[in-house]
Amino acid sequence: MLPKLPKENLLEILRKMLLIRHFEESLIGLFDKGLFRGHYHVYIGQEATGVAALSCLGGGDYMFTTHRNHGHLLARGAEPGRLLAEILGRKDGYNKGKGGSFHTNISSLGILQTSAVVAGIIPLSTGAAYAARARKSGQVSVCLFGDGALEEGAAPESFNLASLWKLPVLFLCENNGKYGVGRAVAAAQSSTMAAYPLTDLPKAYKIPAEQVDGLDAGAVHAAVSEALSRIRRGEGPRFIEAQTVRWPGSESNWPVVPVPTEVALAWDVGTAPEKVRGWYRECDPALIFIRELVEEKQVTREEISQVDKNVRGQVAQAVDFALKSPYPDLEEALKDVFA
Amino acid sequence: MRELAYYEAKLEALGEILAADERVHLFGGSFLGLSPHRGLFQKIALAYPERVAFPPISELGFCGLAVGAAMAGLRPVVDLSTASFIFEAWPQVVNEAANAFYMSGGQTRAPVVFHIFHGLRGGGAAQHSHSPQAMLWNAPGLEIALPSSPRDVRGLLKTAARSDNPTIFVDHVQLLEMLGPVPEDDAAIPFGVAEVKRAGSDVTLIATSYLVQRCLAVAERLAREGIQAEVVDPRTLVPLDFHTLMASVEKTRRVVIVDECHQSCGVAAELAARIGEAGFDKLKAPIRRVATLDVPVPYSQRLEEFIGPSDSRISEAVRAVVG
Repeated sequence: MLPKLPKENLLEILRKMLLIRHFEESLIGLFDKGLFRGHYHVYIGQEATGVAALSCLGGGDYMFTTHRNHGHLLARGAEPGRLLAEILGRKDGYNKGKGGSFHTNISSLGILQTSAVVAGIIPLSTGAAYAARARKSGQVSVCLFGDGALEEGAAPESFNLASLWKLPVLFLCENNGKYGVGRAVAAAQSSTMAAYPLTDLPKAYKIPAEQVDGLDAGAVHAAVSEALSRIRRGEGPRFIEAQTVRWPGSESNWPVVPVPTEVALAWDVGTAPEKVRGWYRECDPALIFIRELVEEKQVTREEISQVDKNVRGQVAQAVDFALKSPYPDLEEALKDVFA
Repeated sequence: MRELAYYEAKLEALGEILAADERVHLFGGSFLGLSPHRGLFQKIALAYPERVAFPPISELGFCGLAVGAAMAGLRPVVDLSTASFIFEAWPQVVNEAANAFYMSGGQTRAPVVFHIFHGLRGGGAAQHSHSPQAMLWNAPGLEIALPSSPRDVRGLLKTAARSDNPTIFVDHVQLLEMLGPVPEDDAAIPFGVAEVKRAGSDVTLIATSYLVQRCLAVAERLAREGIQAEVVDPRTLVPLDFHTLMASVEKTRRVVIVDECHQSCGVAAELAARIGEAGFDKLKAPIRRVATLDVPVPYSQRLEEFIGPSDSRISEAVRAVVG
C-alpha cells in the first residue's frame, strides 16, 4: 500500500528509491571496472524500508547504520557525489577517503557513526538516545541493522539497557533474508538465531516488537511513524523487523546486476533473465511502489519516467564528480587520529 | 599546601567535574574500588541523581552506550572497576571509540573516559590483575593517563573529562590510601607532560602508576648505598612526553624501565625501543626492564610477589646497570 501522504511526498519517496537503485547499480559497474577495492554491500531490494522509515525522522534525530549504509545515507539526504567519492577513496568523500563504503557517515545529518561490525552501532545508538533524553531535547535515535546483528551480544545487552532506562531509540532490524539464501540453508531466514521469530529477542527484554513487510513502503511508514510517536511520548524503545527478500544480484561474493532497472519492468519483466524474473515481478520494492503509484492513479507513467530520468542524470553527475576527485594527499593518512 | 589522601583527591575531582560541566555523566560506582571508603561515592550519586547511572553487568553494552552518548554531545565517565573487565567491552573501546574520529575524517568526536583499576591488587589472580595499557596503546586514537599521586589523580582526571578524545584512565587500588599535597586551585594537569618525581644522577627509573611510588621508595634505599636514582613518571602514555624521558636518560646514561604489564610487548618494551632508537650512543649500559613475568598472574601471595616488578627486582636491575 502507499503511505498516507500527499502526492509530492510520495514522489519524493519514489525519487529516493530510484536514486538508491541507480546509485548502487552504477557502483557495481565501477567496481567491475576496478575503480575501487575490497568487498562492499549494496541496498538493492530494501529501498522501501529505508526510504519510508527515514522519511519519518525529524531533522535533528540521530541515525546509525552499518556496512550496508548507502541507501540509508541517500535517504537521509547525502549528496550522491560525495558519497561515491568516499566509496572510491577520494579526497572529496564525506570522510576524506578514510572511511570508505564500510564507514561513510555524515555527522551534520545526525549520522554519527557507521560501523562495519554488525552490532557495533546498537550500543552506540542506545547511547545517543541516552544523550537525547538527558538533554530533554525530544530527539530520537534510529538504529538500522541487519538480522545477523542480533547474533552478537551487543544487541541483547543494549536491549536490556534501553528497556531498563526507557530510552528513545527505535531498533529497526532489516531482515533481508526472509526466504534467503546464504547461511541457514532451507530456513526461513539468513541469520542463525534460536530466538525465532526475531522479535522474540527484544520481547524478552519487554521491548514492544513487531514485524512488517519491508517491501511495502506504506506498511513501513505506518509502523515507523507510530513507533516514533510513542517513543517521543516517552514510552521507551521499540523494535521493528522489516522483512525483505534478498535481491538475486547479491547471491555471490560480489554483487552483479541481473538486469538494469527500468521503469518499464514494473509492468513487464520479460527483459530480465528467467531465473530472476520472479524477484523483479513480486519482490522488487521500487517496482511495487511504481505500480501502486500508477494503479491508484495518483501518478502517470510519464511522471514516473521523468523522475527516473532526473535521477539517472543526478547519478551520472555523481559518478563524474567522484571520478574527477583526486586521491587524498599522503599526509591525510596521519591526520584526524585525535581531535 | 593541604594534604589529602589519594581517594579524597579523586572523589573531589569527580565532584568538581560534575559541577563544572553538566554534560558529564558517570556510569558505575566503583571509582574507589573495594576500599573501605567506597561508600563515600554515595554522596556524589545522591547529589547528581540524574547524572550518575548504575548500569547492569553489561560492559559491552554500557561502554558502547557511553561512546554513543559522547558522540551525541555528553562527556561520560565510565567506571569499569577492574581493568580486566575492559576486555568485555573491547569492541566498543578499540574498534568504535578509538576509530571514530579518524574513520569519520574528523567529523565524530567521542569524548568518553573509561576508568579502570589495573595491576596486582593482591589476590586478584589471573582474571582480576591485568594491566591492559600496552594493549590499549596499540590502538591509535585512545589517550592513556596513569596517575601516581593524590595531586596527579585529581589533575589528570580533570583533564581527561575535558578532553575531546576517548581516554583510558588507568588507576591502581594500591594508591588509594596514599597521602600527598594537593593544591586548592583547579590544578588540571595537561596530558603529555612527564614529571621528574625525584632527581638523581646515576640512573633513570621510568615508571607509571603505583610503580612510581615503589621506585621512589627503592630510590631512597639505593641512596644509602650511594646510588642516586632519578625517577621519571610519563603520567600519560598517549600523548607521550618522550622529550623529558630522553633528557633524563641523556643525563644519567643508564635506564631501568619498571612496568606492571607483562614483559613482552608491554609499556616497558615500547619505551625501551624508543630510547634505544633515539639514544643508543648515549647509554653506558644496556636498557633494563622490570616487568611482570610472562605468565598469567597466580593467586598465592608468594607466587604473585615473585612474578611482579618487586622492590628487590627493581634494586637488582639498578645495581646491574650502575655496577
